[in-house]
Amino acid sequence: MDEITHGFFQAIHLILSADPALFEIVWLSLRVSGIALLLSTTLGVPMGAALGLARVWARGLITAFLYTGMGLPPVVVGLFVYLMLSRSGPFGALGWLFTPSAMIVAQVIIAFPLVAGLTMAAVQGVDAALRMQVRSLGATRWQELWAVLREARIGVVAAIVAGFGGIISEVGAVMLVGGNIEGKTRVLTTAIVLNTRTGEFALAIALGVILLALAFVANIAMLRLQGRS
Amino acid sequence: MEPESIYRIENLRKEYNARVVVDIERLNIRAGEILAIVGPSGAGKSTLLRLLNFLEVPTTGQIVYRDYVFDSQAPLDIRRQVTTVFQRPVLLRASVQENVAYGLRLRGERMDERVGDMLARVGLASLARVSATKLSGGEMQRVALARALVIAPTVLLLDEPTANLDPYNVGLIEEIVREQNRTRGTTVVLVTHNVFQAKRLAHRVGLMLAGCLIEVNTASAFFDSPADPRTAAFVRGEMVY
Ligand SMILES: Nc1ncnc2c1ncn2[C@@H]1O[C@H](COP(=O)(O)OP(=O)(O)OP(=O)(O)O)[C@@H](O)[C@H]1O
Ligand SMILES: [Mg+2]
Repeated sequence: MDEITHGFFQAIHLILSADPALFEIVWLSLRVSGIALLLSTTLGVPMGAALGLARVWARGLITAFLYTGMGLPPVVVGLFVYLMLSRSGPFGALGWLFTPSAMIVAQVIIAFPLVAGLTMAAVQGVDAALRMQVRSLGATRWQELWAVLREARIGVVAAIVAGFGGIISEVGAVMLVGGNIEGKTRVLTTAIVLNTRTGEFALAIALGVILLALAFVANIAMLRLQGRS
Repeated sequence: MEPESIYRIENLRKEYNARVVVDIERLNIRAGEILAIVGPSGAGKSTLLRLLNFLEVPTTGQIVYRDYVFDSQAPLDIRRQVTTVFQRPVLLRASVQENVAYGLRLRGERMDERVGDMLARVGLASLARVSATKLSGGEMQRVALARALVIAPTVLLLDEPTANLDPYNVGLIEEIVREQNRTRGTTVVLVTHNVFQAKRLAHRVGLMLAGCLIEVNTASAFFDSPADPRTAAFVRGEMVY
């Protein structure tokens, strides 16, 4: 019990003193997950919207893949990306293994199905009569799509939040493909694992608190986006 | 001289799953007229309006709007001349005034005094900034009408526009439609269950039964000396199939 209290106060001290090592880990986490989320969103929102709206060929099959993807165990994604990027793998020549790029690839694979699948569900939930109405008022195809996305925005934002939550807190994949190399690929979650194992509870707790705070702030920001009309 | 037709319809058929829903041999809609379509539930009235708004493609037959022969994709400048106030109004998750301004925004125009004027005309000026999701059914219907009128359409398609309104607002809406038609020459196709409303507003009235137009006649002839016995029965308020 003492250890926890002690660790907690030390954690606050570390955060307040803006420890450079801590700062580096936070910054890398944000960069990797931020880029992965950006990629997943730019791919996933339009694709989810298209699947939800258009009569797409083989929609049922694609949907089944997406929903399976939403439940992929991150560590399996990590294994897959590892094999793809390892020196003997098909993309080994890129030299991405144990770099932030590999972590971004893995996180995109985790977040993309979440963003696309939940966007599709949100878009399908929009009243079909709305599209008719908007078209009747003279909307182009793009304006119609935009109107539907706006109506579905609560669900679309939830999709993006779910994607972010899935990757910022994920440890299995980034551990495998990043390698948790200090100063290079160490992120919040992998650092927590390491520091817990080595008994550095203060640092582990500090990282945990920051991770929670980050997720909280990100969610508040997105909720504000949701509420704006 | 024959008055100029804005729509010319020939052998128009619309089927859903091989069921014929609209089957009109011939119908000319005149530029600047108010044409009322009456008929029992399920007759195909709303489907006809969707066809006239280029929102559905005919299974067979032809719709000619001015010089344009409708094929599956109507060009934007044609589509933007026609708009519908649907039976069940759909408003966007936004304020009342944003809803009314929506058609203008689609056309790259700014919200200006037209929006406020139109809201005042339908008696909703005080609700301009209220969220449209909070409105009553009758208020929503009036917002939908204001939204359609503000873009000054050439053709206005109205599907039961007063279904949810109290008598005062029914009178208000009818006056707005009449004035729009008289002062701007807007062609109006009005679908209504209410034969009295058709009588009050329309120049011509058509009876639709099971997808077919049984009779299209001037309002006075339709009500006073109908050509078809089914029209006479419908006007008397008897159910017709
Ligand atoms: N998209 C659709 N798919 C299948 N059937 C449809 C579709 N739209 C309409 N129908 C059918 O076509 C018929 C005519 O419908 P429509 O809505 O045009 O009738 P209506 O005359 O407007 O009726 P009401 O007065 O009740 O509004 C109905 O039997 C309806 O079930
Ligand atoms: Mg109808």
